[in-house]
Amino acid sequence: MTKQLLKGNVAIAEAAVRAGLEAYFGYPITPQTELLEHLSARMPELGRVFLQAESEVAAINMLYGALSTGARAMTSSSSPGFSLMQEGLSYIAASDIPGVVVDVMRGGPGLGNILPSQGDYFQVTRSAGHGDYRPIVLAPASVQEAIDFTVLAFDLAEQYRHLVIIALDGLIGQMMEPAELPPMRDINTHRPDWALTGAEGRPKRMISSLYLQAEAQEAVNRRTQARLKIISENETRWIEYMTDDADYLLVGYGSAGRIAYSAVQSARRDGLKVGLLRPQTLWPFPSERLHELAGQVRGCLVVEMNAGQMLDDVRLAVNGRVAVDFFGRMGGIVPMPDEILGAIQQMQHERI
Amino acid sequence: MASDQIHKAIVFAGFGGQGIMFIGQLLAYAAMDHGYHVTWIPSYGPEMRGGTANCFVVVSSDPIGAPVAAYPDVALIFNRPSFDKFEPLVRDGGLLVVNSSLVEQQTAREALDVVRVPATKIASAVGSERLTNAVLLGAMLTVEPILPITAINAALQAHMPAHRRDALAANIDALERGSQHVRKQNPELLNSLSI
Amino acid sequence: MTADIKCDDMTITYQRPDAFTDAHTHYCPGCTHGVAHRLLAEALDELNLREKTILVAPVGCAVFIADYFELDGCIAAHGRAPAMATGIKRVQPDKVVVTYQGDGDLASIGAAEVMHAAVRGENITIVFINNAIYGMTGGQMAPTSIIGQKTTSSPQGRSVVQSGHPIQMSELLAGLAGSAYVVRRSLHDAANIRKAKKAILTALKVQQAGLGFSLVELLSTCPTNWGLSPMDSLAWVKTHMLPIYPVGDFKVADGVKEVMRDGVRSNS
Repeated sequence: MTKQLLKGNVAIAEAAVRAGLEAYFGYPITPQTELLEHLSARMPELGRVFLQAESEVAAINMLYGALSTGARAMTSSSSPGFSLMQEGLSYIAASDIPGVVVDVMRGGPGLGNILPSQGDYFQVTRSAGHGDYRPIVLAPASVQEAIDFTVLAFDLAEQYRHLVIIALDGLIGQMMEPAELPPMRDINTHRPDWALTGAEGRPKRMISSLYLQAEAQEAVNRRTQARLKIISENETRWIEYMTDDADYLLVGYGSAGRIAYSAVQSARRDGLKVGLLRPQTLWPFPSERLHELAGQVRGCLVVEMNAGQMLDDVRLAVNGRVAVDFFGRMGGIVPMPDEILGAIQQMQHERI
Repeated sequence: MASDQIHKAIVFAGFGGQGIMFIGQLLAYAAMDHGYHVTWIPSYGPEMRGGTANCFVVVSSDPIGAPVAAYPDVALIFNRPSFDKFEPLVRDGGLLVVNSSLVEQQTAREALDVVRVPATKIASAVGSERLTNAVLLGAMLTVEPILPITAINAALQAHMPAHRRDALAANIDALERGSQHVRKQNPELLNSLSI
Repeated sequence: MTADIKCDDMTITYQRPDAFTDAHTHYCPGCTHGVAHRLLAEALDELNLREKTILVAPVGCAVFIADYFELDGCIAAHGRAPAMATGIKRVQPDKVVVTYQGDGDLASIGAAEVMHAAVRGENITIVFINNAIYGMTGGQMAPTSIIGQKTTSSPQGRSVVQSGHPIQMSELLAGLAGSAYVVRRSLHDAANIRKAKKAILTALKVQQAGLGFSLVELLSTCPTNWGLSPMDSLAWVKTHMLPIYPVGDFKVADGVKEVMRDGVRSNS
């Protein structure tokens, strides 16, 4: 395959098609609409299911139905619409069925604006819906990663029968970059042994999130927690850049992560030993590695496009070993490498 | 393929409808085909309809971190509001390419290279005002030759959507006319170039 | 005394439908959910659909319905059964998908989902239980509660000023171009119960024939929360509900009459 110039939203849509997406349900919202539009043409062309739902509430529940049949299916939205999906996300997670949902984050809270943001970090990593669980959260920082993580999302979802959220900011969704799409995979017509396909010649099956007996509910909760532990041990992903000799460590994901990469390059040109850790999974979070690095550097600077949300996870991971500072822009403003460099220099003066 | 060490952040800014997004994408396609790393991001949102529109293209010989820049290296200015917005932001030593058909203002900044091209007028002469974007890109690449204009021509051939292919020859002509104008009017800016 | 029974003369006149499990239901004495379940189970048996049907349960008293049916089933979020059914049906158009929803589920929190399923002509069947009250949460006012009806959240009786009018879902849904078969029946006496069974059979046949959205509204009782005996509850349906919710065929689209007359010709 050769590289194509692809917009993040379109790349995710096409990667999902090639990963064997059988059904998509969605509702238009900027800045993710190109994803829905691409699938509105592509899915019918392939004889697959595309449906524009009447709301995000309906879309996520249509997804719940399609996932219950064992089909590869997904939905996508942006922050306000993603809020409306919280109900269905929780049900899907509680039902132990694989699901993939894309959140192209925009400025908030409220209607906010349509510009890039990372304001949904708490929402996607803490549970994405009510109850007591965490989804796997993948945070791409380039169009290529958006493609790779889309394919990975379906595989992880099915391997663990768990909810996977691809959380990107509007910048990655709207950006075009050269990237390579995966080869076309056939739809997997095999249906797992829990799928609702009609009880033909076999005992009936139930997909439910209802456990009225406390003991039964707790057993389910324990099972979920055991699964999360395995996921956390096996699926934590991150990228490091120039951390070996770093005196200062930047931590950022998605767009903020790649812009921090530029700041590292600037800092190195100025003779400052700065490194970067860019989490690719926001949950599970690379806490152990951060804890290690915290023993090596003089300070950490967390960079986000919000008021400081991953900051909490970094502080928990660092656990007081070293000072953790924060630089963030909000409202849809994208931080610039120069600003981050300034924050590093300030930290250097304060932490010597 | 690309061997020169380059890193340029270029902003294209004008009215919605002036082909800002397209011309930025065209440069991005050409850069990709030439083996460079490249990013393209649009300003997106309500202002796209009739208001100002801009897009950022970063072309680099190395992997690209920030796909935007507070102080771009190059600005292609299609109209007056875009001049007001981006002229102060281009970094010292950077390049300002101005559509003088629509922008009378002169920059007071001495640290900038400035190329003024009556791009809309030239485009009309070539056949359509809609070719203003190609005239300005041709002019820009003549002063800042991160890619040869032939690479843009090839990208047009390779990536122009089918329904617009009838404008192919006119676009190639417009690119060349923009380049010619600069070679004639701004020879002092060309001395370091290898084209 | 021992009766002299001749076993070889015995014929089965009444038994549990194959579509039922042997679970005991949790419904209150006198509640007509049991009747409605039975009608659906018999209809599925008669059309030989048990092995290809997926049942979508609501939130409300019928949340456990899938426990009582020997079918693949699931429990939707409150009001979202038509959306969940849409997802199931679109991926498996050859299966029969049935939702069973109460009035709070369908007519209040799920009003948007059922309307748009109907608008799309979604090829699913809905059994809609209207008993003018929220049962599971303990007798609060429903969107279908009648004017003056006292509930635990309308202790002075439902007032138009405070809460507006009862919603007539069948009439509403029948007005949408995508619906194929929308009827209201009542479970307050044997004759009406027989008509209800026939309507459920027709609705399932409409789905099998691929004609689109079908819904059977069933006027039902809630003796516990109405504070009436089972017999008085049946009478209350007749005296208080029927005048507002008349039984009738509100939408019988082209092609449905043939299905009713000839049965199913093609099994999608």
